[in-house]
Amino acid sequence: MSILINKNTRLLVQGITGNEGLFHTTQMVAYGTHVVAGVTPGKGGEWVLNGKVPVFDSVKLAVEATGANASVIFVPARFAADAMFEAADAGLPLIVCITEGIPVQDMMRVRNYLDQKNVRLVGPNCPGLLTPGEAKVGIIPGNIAIPGNVGVVSRSGTLTYEVLYAMKNLGMGASTCVGIGGDPINGTNFIDVLEMFEHDPQTEKVILIGEIGGTEEEKAAEYIASKMTKPVASFIAGQTAPPGKRMGHAGAIIEGGAGTAADKIKALEAAGVRVAKHPEEIPTLLK
Amino acid sequence: MKLHEYQSKQLFSKYGVPIPKGRVAATASEAKQIAEELGGRVVVKSQVLVGGRGKAGGIKVAKDPAEAEQFATHILGMEIKGLPVRKVLVDEAAAIEQEIYLGITNDRAARKPVMMASAAGGVDIEEVAATTPEKIVKVHIDPLLGLRDYQARDIAASIDLPRDYWRDFGPIASGLWQAYSANDATLAEINPLVITKDKRLLALDGKMLIDDNALFRHPNLAEMRDIDEEAPSETEARKYGLSFIKLDGNIGCMVNGAGLAMTSMDVIKLFGGSPANFLDIGGGAGADKVAAALRIILDDKNVKAVLYNIFGGITRCDEVAKGILAAMEEVKPKVPMVVRLVGTNAEEGRALLANAHMITAETLAEAAQKAVAAAQGA
Repeated sequence: MSILINKNTRLLVQGITGNEGLFHTTQMVAYGTHVVAGVTPGKGGEWVLNGKVPVFDSVKLAVEATGANASVIFVPARFAADAMFEAADAGLPLIVCITEGIPVQDMMRVRNYLDQKNVRLVGPNCPGLLTPGEAKVGIIPGNIAIPGNVGVVSRSGTLTYEVLYAMKNLGMGASTCVGIGGDPINGTNFIDVLEMFEHDPQTEKVILIGEIGGTEEEKAAEYIASKMTKPVASFIAGQTAPPGKRMGHAGAIIEGGAGTAADKIKALEAAGVRVAKHPEEIPTLLK
Repeated sequence: MKLHEYQSKQLFSKYGVPIPKGRVAATASEAKQIAEELGGRVVVKSQVLVGGRGKAGGIKVAKDPAEAEQFATHILGMEIKGLPVRKVLVDEAAAIEQEIYLGITNDRAARKPVMMASAAGGVDIEEVAATTPEKIVKVHIDPLLGLRDYQARDIAASIDLPRDYWRDFGPIASGLWQAYSANDATLAEINPLVITKDKRLLALDGKMLIDDNALFRHPNLAEMRDIDEEAPSETEARKYGLSFIKLDGNIGCMVNGAGLAMTSMDVIKLFGGSPANFLDIGGGAGADKVAAALRIILDDKNVKAVLYNIFGGITRCDEVAKGILAAMEEVKPKVPMVVRLVGTNAEEGRALLANAHMITAETLAEAAQKAVAAAQGA
């Protein structure tokens, strides 16, 4: 078992003919993910990856023809909101948006629209999902993680890779790794994923990777204290970040004294979570 | 991106929010001339992108044009919180009966915009928010529907705005919402919105923050950016799509991904060093971006060592390596460099850098320790 994706996932790639879309589709297929279709408006009828994956003009057409049940989005930021609306309207139950730099008001409209439908959005501005040995949806390098019983959830991209890689070097595997993204408005939050891990029989321990800004880590701490039976270890990025400066991610900013790393670490430790001093230390806390 | 008061108020006015008559001046004699045109008492207001201007003495009421000139001379020579004042706004002065706060921002927890209002507006609104938050009314706005008229009426009633003003308040609330949504603001604020002694509502001060990610569809706003008010290195970085923030330390950092960039700073500090910057080259950065990033890092003369921490995902390590080589060719750096490449195309990247005389590391902890040692030795 795993969460969100597995070897039965039938994946559609929005923005498949773009530079990044094509590169990462190749990587996903090489990993063993069933990429059944791609969408690029105006390129319907073409094939990519030496005739392996058909391209359609719209998500609706691609779903009808291939039975895709998940979408990953690589389209540029200015078109990303539309891509998410299109995927939701085509009835896809899982949408993973990799694109970074989407205007926050676009995301508010997308999120409020998707909340009216039965759709799970992961991201945007995220590395996607990896169920080691089964499927990857997004851009997490497949060779840095091995299958196992640790669920990983993170607001960051490359920082997540650090942790997966450190786990692998210790012989520790992951059930599923979920990058929820670094934007202030996203589709899936820590608690959504913690709940899935708590109910997933394969997952025995959990790693939560947070960062400064917002209060999602504090809310996750409350959930862990009251609802979780599985042990959780954590790392919070941005301990040295100055207040009022946006640290790259639109969500990573200490505003009005709220959202500091110190507050988050305090809340997590009070919930019984062991918090690492640097990312490579996290897996050792779960040994 | 922050807008100046005068820019924010001009935008508000475009959407029907009443603002005082006035213009911006770069010299004291211009200020005097504007005061002459307006007649009567005027207020001379420093235009800098920080709060607390009034408390710093950057806002003065002048009784006549001569005094306006005198205040403008003084204010244009000031620095407020380290920022030199380059412009003043000269507005007709209003006779104030009551100060109201009215603002819209993004409530990230609710995933919706929220309109906030308080009858206790003015310079102490932060104090009000901290000590008596119940005096601030909050109404969430459905981003798909926009602000509804009844919501504006509810706000007016909740802050005990006298009924005589409800008719005028509606279009002001609605105008502020339109200014916020049409311009991709993350904050649009009128503080204070005043009731004047002659029974009008007037937006005396305005503040707007614009979402940088949305500037592609607002070229008119992008032009309003005041580059005098930010570090030149940050302006240069933005040109190349890099996310850069200058810090006080001596170890330059080039990292892909914001979380990992923050973490690299944290780990440098953990091992006794001090980062010179936050720098995220972003996802999928090519060689030219990397070269620009290195130039920006090395422009800071405090930098005694550079740490590259690249964990390839959407970014390919060989592309980064090409950028490093191109930049080194161009800037011929003299400081030691520690490089760590892991992930997508890492082996190709390492092969490209094999002859570049760089210190290599396997783990982040090792890379940080080596960078700290290199900076101390330099």
